[in-house]
Amino acid sequence: MDLLRSIGITEIVFQLMLVNAILGLSIYLTLYTGMFSLANAGFMAIGAYVGVVLTQNYDLPLWAALIGGMAAAGIVAVPIGLPVLRLRDIYLAIATIGFGEVVRILILNFDALASSISGENVQLTRGALGITGIPKITETWQLLLFLVVTVYILVRLHHSRFGRAMAAVRQDEQVAATMGINVVYVKNAIFILSAVLAASAGVLKAHLTRTISPGDYGFDQVVNILAFAVLGGTSTWLGPIIGGFMLTAMPEILREFKQYRGIVNGVILLLVIVYLPGGIVNVNAWKRLWRRVRRQPSIETS
Amino acid sequence: MNITQQIVNAIWLGGVYSLFALGYALVFSVLGVLNLAHSAVFMWGAFIGLVAVTQLNISVWAAIPVAMLVAGGIGIVLDVVAFAPLRRRNAPRISQLISSIGAAILLVNIAQLIFGTQPQRFPLGSIPSDPLEGLPIRITPIQIVILVVAVVLMAMLQYLVVRTRAGQAMRAVAFNQRVASLLGINSGNVFRITFFLAGALAGAAGVLFGLAYNTITPFMGDSVALKGLTVIVLGGLGNIQGAVVGGFVVAALEVFSIAIGGSNYREAFVFTLLFLILLFRPQGLVGQAAETRA
Amino acid sequence: MLELHKVSRLFGGLQALDQVDMRISERRIVGLIGPNGAGKTTLINNISGLDHPTSGTIRLEGNEIHNLPPHRISGLGIARTYQNIRLFGEMTVLENLLISQHGRGRASVLDSLVFTPHFRAEERRLRDTAMQLLERFHLAGMAHQLAGNLPYGDQRRLEMARALATGPKLLLLDEPTAGMNPIETEQLGQQILRLRDEQLTVLVIEHDMSLIHQVCDEVYVLNFGQIIAHGTPEAIKHNPLVIEAYLGREEENELAVGERKG
Repeated sequence: MDLLRSIGITEIVFQLMLVNAILGLSIYLTLYTGMFSLANAGFMAIGAYVGVVLTQNYDLPLWAALIGGMAAAGIVAVPIGLPVLRLRDIYLAIATIGFGEVVRILILNFDALASSISGENVQLTRGALGITGIPKITETWQLLLFLVVTVYILVRLHHSRFGRAMAAVRQDEQVAATMGINVVYVKNAIFILSAVLAASAGVLKAHLTRTISPGDYGFDQVVNILAFAVLGGTSTWLGPIIGGFMLTAMPEILREFKQYRGIVNGVILLLVIVYLPGGIVNVNAWKRLWRRVRRQPSIETS
Repeated sequence: MNITQQIVNAIWLGGVYSLFALGYALVFSVLGVLNLAHSAVFMWGAFIGLVAVTQLNISVWAAIPVAMLVAGGIGIVLDVVAFAPLRRRNAPRISQLISSIGAAILLVNIAQLIFGTQPQRFPLGSIPSDPLEGLPIRITPIQIVILVVAVVLMAMLQYLVVRTRAGQAMRAVAFNQRVASLLGINSGNVFRITFFLAGALAGAAGVLFGLAYNTITPFMGDSVALKGLTVIVLGGLGNIQGAVVGGFVVAALEVFSIAIGGSNYREAFVFTLLFLILLFRPQGLVGQAAETRA
Repeated sequence: MLELHKVSRLFGGLQALDQVDMRISERRIVGLIGPNGAGKTTLINNISGLDHPTSGTIRLEGNEIHNLPPHRISGLGIARTYQNIRLFGEMTVLENLLISQHGRGRASVLDSLVFTPHFRAEERRLRDTAMQLLERFHLAGMAHQLAGNLPYGDQRRLEMARALATGPKLLLLDEPTAGMNPIETEQLGQQILRLRDEQLTVLVIEHDMSLIHQVCDEVYVLNFGQIIAHGTPEAIKHNPLVIEAYLGREEENELAVGERKG
């Protein structure tokens, strides 16, 4: 632990690494199933706000807030997923970006809206400033436990009928359907699961960072989450976890680079997608890269 | 509320949105990819215009073409760095979307390092900002300039795409890249021209936007980026005329929602619209059915 | 068992299928031939639920199926292969066959989570079925290779094995021998004949007339979306309408291909 601290990995950094690994897994689920959804930040926001309201206004314990936040996101994901998941790649991306923005703006204006409807002075989300003074009640062991359980569920999912169906839907939806797979069901179930996972990270993170505001869940946040998955790769569940760890820890370890953090993020995203399309946790991609480096100029075979 | 006034506001704002969204639409129509770094080029255009006016001491009129040229150059660099390598590998278009996000982050952060995060302004009197007198509605010279420049640039683009050889080549590549290369068209050049034009349009829009709101920051592209998405979705992705129409529709929606519900909800209206269009008319309001669904 | 009644499919202004009537009885091997662009694949798409008729009815054992989604139709016992091989190329040969048994499994994700005996027994069963099919199509040695890396002929056979793994009553084969040499074609013909002995019904689209003669009990001929002939392979061979469709209008046929695929 001292060693970690000496290179900049303090407890809070480690905790955020775990939270970001969970976020990486949430987008991994949809990407693995072939859906380019960018709704994660929106669901994270729903989880965070519902969770914080439950601990702050109703004095519930963290686990209850966690369940509440996850349930809320799951419930919202149903009516969103059914129509939106009929869209493909870029169209799906844009629609889910739109969803995220609507969530953010609704939270931003929630108090004003609720006040004008109810006629009372509602103070729940507290507008652009957000909610502050949230107690720091998320603990490292809870995060570790949550991550381990999530990974276990994912691994078992992959080894089930349903997990095989996910991979089939990614590769060829039509063929998957004629092989007896209910594609609409698979896609929606995964979308909901991904939303629930993002919401859990939202609840846990809110009780670490102690403040939340609508600005924390904008397009930037989606891009961060996407970067975890792209850097790590989405061929296995390990990829987004490693991606989340690295992108959270790196700016702390390379403190001299901290002010260039954004630039490093951008460069990583560009380099990985161009030169390591399967992410860093992908043996094939490394082999391909190695071949390219070794005999340049190379002839691309596809 | 004064309806005429709102319409006037919607028109000049629509000009900027259309100009911005044209570049998005152009790239999408020719390459079939979404360039999310477009808004970063827009922001750079504004800064270059600003630098040209403050450091080189040239007029705003001269600064616009300068910003367009440099922003066009950035567009080409963007193609070379973020798109061409993926195109060569035949990567899915989602990969190109991701690489464009990477490029956008890079461009915004470089701007932050160079220009800082404090809002900056064009020097006072770059363009007279007092409202024109003797009119029943409030119109400033800046608004007129913006609209005129926007319309002139749109007309030039239309001419270029429809009448010139380069435009023909662009349309051929947009229609079918393989057939175009059989006809002897160098698609690599066409892509570079497309990115140059898109960048130049974004640059012009950036300067105009900077003049209109008189605040230039590295983050000024953020809100426009998402609005621009709405605009091109509304017009039908990759539909150039549609983008112009969409720009004015989104501007009108925004202006009238401010007038009705206050500025807090204007974006909620815009993104709800985006959402609904994608669900019910993914080919856009003016487009024809395209392959967007399973 | 399968009955098509006045099935039509319009694409914009193009009549891809025009009042197609067809009747396929149990344990028959029925051929479907016709020039390129005649609408053969469209017909199979409509039967398998990837596409739906503009008008008309399709019945399987008396139940209307033409409005059902593909996975339901698969569940009712119709499986198909694809003309342009569409294997799950990023998965192993074995996994391809496990996926296609999706509808035959009952174990839930929960079963997988806690390794219930039910889950383990079912996984074993699916694996056994898959391995048997691989043996039968001489693919067992490649079970753990990526499907996308197999040689062409093996991919064709894997397509068929994968369709069979869904446990169908009716198998739709879309040009199963395309690109095969005469020896491979003959062998595949033997495989198809064996299916009939196992109580399966088969509808096969083919260009190779030797295969049609080898396996088919009866043949339908489709041209410009219409059934122009129906009979035994021998009778079809001498039908003047069929000869005209194939030989007399070659150039027009070429044109039709361009139109329909574009």
